[in-house]
Amino acid sequence: MNSRYIRQTSLRDFGENGQAKLFKAKVLVVGLGGLGLPVLQYLNAMGVGTLGLMDQDVVEMHNLQRQVLYTEKDLGKLKLEVVHNKLTAQNSQTTFKTHDTFLTKENALKVIEKYDLVVDATDNFPTRYLINDACVILNKPFVYGALHGFEGHISVFNYNNGPTYRCLYPEMPNAEEIPNCNENGVLGVIPGIMGTLQALEAVKVLTGVGEVLSGKLMVYNGLNQFVSKISFKTIPENKKITRLQDFYEPVECDVIPSIGVNAFQTLRQSKEKYTLIDVRTTEEFDQSHLNEAINVPLDNLDNFERQISTDKEVYIICQSGKRSELALKHLQTAYPNLTFYHILGGMNKMMTVCP
Amino acid sequence: MTILLFGITKDIVGSSTLSVPTSSVTGRKIPKTVKELKQFLGETYPELNKLSSLAVAVNNAYAEDSETINSYDEIALIPPVSGG
Repeated sequence: MNSRYIRQTSLRDFGENGQAKLFKAKVLVVGLGGLGLPVLQYLNAMGVGTLGLMDQDVVEMHNLQRQVLYTEKDLGKLKLEVVHNKLTAQNSQTTFKTHDTFLTKENALKVIEKYDLVVDATDNFPTRYLINDACVILNKPFVYGALHGFEGHISVFNYNNGPTYRCLYPEMPNAEEIPNCNENGVLGVIPGIMGTLQALEAVKVLTGVGEVLSGKLMVYNGLNQFVSKISFKTIPENKKITRLQDFYEPVECDVIPSIGVNAFQTLRQSKEKYTLIDVRTTEEFDQSHLNEAINVPLDNLDNFERQISTDKEVYIICQSGKRSELALKHLQTAYPNLTFYHILGGMNKMMTVCP
Repeated sequence: MTILLFGITKDIVGSSTLSVPTSSVTGRKIPKTVKELKQFLGETYPELNKLSSLAVAVNNAYAEDSETINSYDEIALIPPVSGG
């Protein structure tokens, strides 16, 4: 080992041995957002040998308040490329594997099997449950982190014989019962704190130093610096998963009519008449929106009827494509005679075709 | 007894703690188990009933529905959170 890591190799409980273990380790970080960035910056700085990066989003203005690796110059660029470049500059000795995809039930097992440890730095329940199930099947530990407003939760799941995410939360919440960051908000510094704690747990799992946060959920309240640790036990049946579920996204009986961003952009450039409804919040809409869009926030869909002429096809857009799908279901039920489409990938994807 | 609220439960109740009476002058049933506590809270805050997974901690340990609770116990509602 070189002198680069001397400040940690000189720690008696970490030493050259700990450093060698980090160097041999392969860690996959799913999600290059508020949690994933601090995890990666520290694991990369500390000398983890192989880091897997996975995300498909582009950098947006509203990311900058908490995703502090990104700068204004990175707006509109793929997160994966920006992170890869910056981390390579930070530590040229690391091997990076870039995964230009989201984690899906089709790729999860194939990707995760190549790593020793997974860091769940995602922002949605379906991917969290998918990571859990894939890690149980492959017998890999994963470091969990999640946020809500001023609050952060972390734990290490499936570590040795320890409990899993499903031992704590057996059933996946549906899309409507718990809001995500887009709707609920998060104070910028909270993911920095929680992501840094996730990096620490990752180092402990990889090197065997200290006591891994397994069988305990740590809940951090930023408003009063109050930390609770809740212990919980392994439920044996949750360790016996042998195959992934058929569906992680809620099961749909009907096909949701949708359109890709390229097709929609072609439509915009044609002379076709259509109506475009943007169902994001007024604040998000004010920051950026497509010129022809009419803002009808999701929680205010009742205003829809007053705002549009109903003889045209109605397209629905949001930030990532989730809220537009919800809106479509509500509107289609309320207005069965109209034709609705939602735009896949939302504004995130639109920005890649109409800068 | 005082209940600490986390995640969406805090938003539903509109406060970070909630006081549950341990003796009743109105004749309302006082919750004696985790399950009864969930039902008790669900009557006042129906939104809580919609949560498909809601962990309840009693004295900093995950508690099953059947676990009994006492007035001196420290109780927390910890739903899953999803942001990242």
